[in-house]
Amino acid sequence: MKTVPESNLSRTLAAGKFALTAEVGPPRSADAAEVIEKAKVLKGVADAFNVTDNQTAVVRMSSIAASKVLLDEGLEPVMQIVCRDRNRIAIQSDLLGASALGMRNVLCLSGDHQSAGAGGKLNGHPGAKNVFDVDSIQLISIVKGLRDDAVQDGGDSVSSPVPFFIGAAWTPFGPPEKFRTIRLAKKIAAGADFIQTQAVYDMKRFGEAMRRTEDMGLTEKAAILPGIIVPRSAGMLKYMNANVPGIEVPDEMIARMKDAKDAKAEGIKITLELIDAAKNLSGVKGVHLQAIEAEHLLPDIIKAAGLLPRPGSN
Amino acid sequence: MIFAEWKPIDELVDKLKAHSKVLLVGCATCVAECAAGGEKEVETLAPLLTMALKKQGHAVEISTATLEKQCEWEFVEELAEKVSGVDAVLSIACGIGVQALSERFDPMPVYPGVNTSSLTIREEAGVWAGRCAACGDCVLGETFGLCPIARCAKSLLNGPCGGTRKDGKCEVDADVDCIWNLIVDRADQRGQLELLTEVKKSKNWSGSRHGGPKRVVREDLR
Repeated sequence: MKTVPESNLSRTLAAGKFALTAEVGPPRSADAAEVIEKAKVLKGVADAFNVTDNQTAVVRMSSIAASKVLLDEGLEPVMQIVCRDRNRIAIQSDLLGASALGMRNVLCLSGDHQSAGAGGKLNGHPGAKNVFDVDSIQLISIVKGLRDDAVQDGGDSVSSPVPFFIGAAWTPFGPPEKFRTIRLAKKIAAGADFIQTQAVYDMKRFGEAMRRTEDMGLTEKAAILPGIIVPRSAGMLKYMNANVPGIEVPDEMIARMKDAKDAKAEGIKITLELIDAAKNLSGVKGVHLQAIEAEHLLPDIIKAAGLLPRPGSN
Repeated sequence: MIFAEWKPIDELVDKLKAHSKVLLVGCATCVAECAAGGEKEVETLAPLLTMALKKQGHAVEISTATLEKQCEWEFVEELAEKVSGVDAVLSIACGIGVQALSERFDPMPVYPGVNTSSLTIREEAGVWAGRCAACGDCVLGETFGLCPIARCAKSLLNGPCGGTRKDGKCEVDADVDCIWNLIVDRADQRGQLELLTEVKKSKNWSGSRHGGPKRVVREDLR
């Protein structure tokens, strides 16, 4: 029995409305006020907010705790879970706990390798032992088992179904590109209800990937939301294009940002164009919008994109 | 082969400086193949250690021996006489060899001279790469002979993560192939991509260290 919970996100998608998710990165701190501050800026501007799970393998407030803070502030979280730090026992226990606290959306990810934490200015914990007991697709199966069959991965029951709206990620342009649609199909077969993609800057190319997913009947089974990261400078686009696997930025876009008098304004303009292009792609059910370390930009961008008010907000 | 590399000389000096006579023991099997613990390395390391110890004011006499296999009792036994004349042993065999000496010659202190890390193949001269993680539940029959447990940084079983670089390398190391990129290529070349479409459920890791210390009893051989 499928027991998809009512959440802003699931309701928006079920109603056939263009969905919008954003991202709230938990702080490197134990201070709930830092999360609350972001929550106050973002309240009402998206249907749900992804709360990252120690992204880039840097220790931050846990995604469960930060999700709960958001929930208390009236924002609906998409709690992210990575397979790097917890085995199937801890993950399932945390899923039960998260559900008890009111979390209804979960995004299942493999997670950045622990060596990523030492990539920037931080030390990270490159000497950490990783777990990867299960992978992201197995994690999706586990959440689906808890939800639809009230059964744990090991076969033991839980006393009642655990209602989660199950999300997964998709990197359409990563090699081996031929397999990326197949891998998406596996995630959907495992139980994914919605898909958020790696950042897309080439909507034409993404449209081709979407056509392949439509041909496979995947867009009827799961809602696909392309990711958009607000560009802040030509350097940022260049960096992502060269260093972030799966992100492809067209040369013209980098040149356009470079030539712009006001790079920030140009980045917002590009974001609006990308949202518009996404809206016009067949099969796309919404967008996942991120402004890294600049969440304050989102309300104006979302308003300018004509996506306010959100369906679930008062 | 079992792969090992020398520990830093300083670390070895620190362990050996309190002793006066040390027997340095190599093994002519895996660690010789990976140029860390064979006879050649024993004879190279001995004078290096003697000098490093002397530099710090420690006169330690280092004798040497290399066994055919440090993990087999009959070869270990050959050392008995030499061990009786020293007050410490430094083994540059893998962790199995170190423990064999430690067990046979207890209470003689036996120190490891290498760090044992993986099961590798020599790709070319001077280059070794991991091939097996001894996971206890081999999947090579389903992954076209390429191991995602040992060769994927995340041991993924259902295809590549989002971290495959544009050139098909792993995000964790620009010189290492994304093994899933190779698995998919091989499946595609054989026209069997559909064999990778099935969702692989969670793996049973209990056949490896995760199931507790390994002990196997074969009654037919007892």
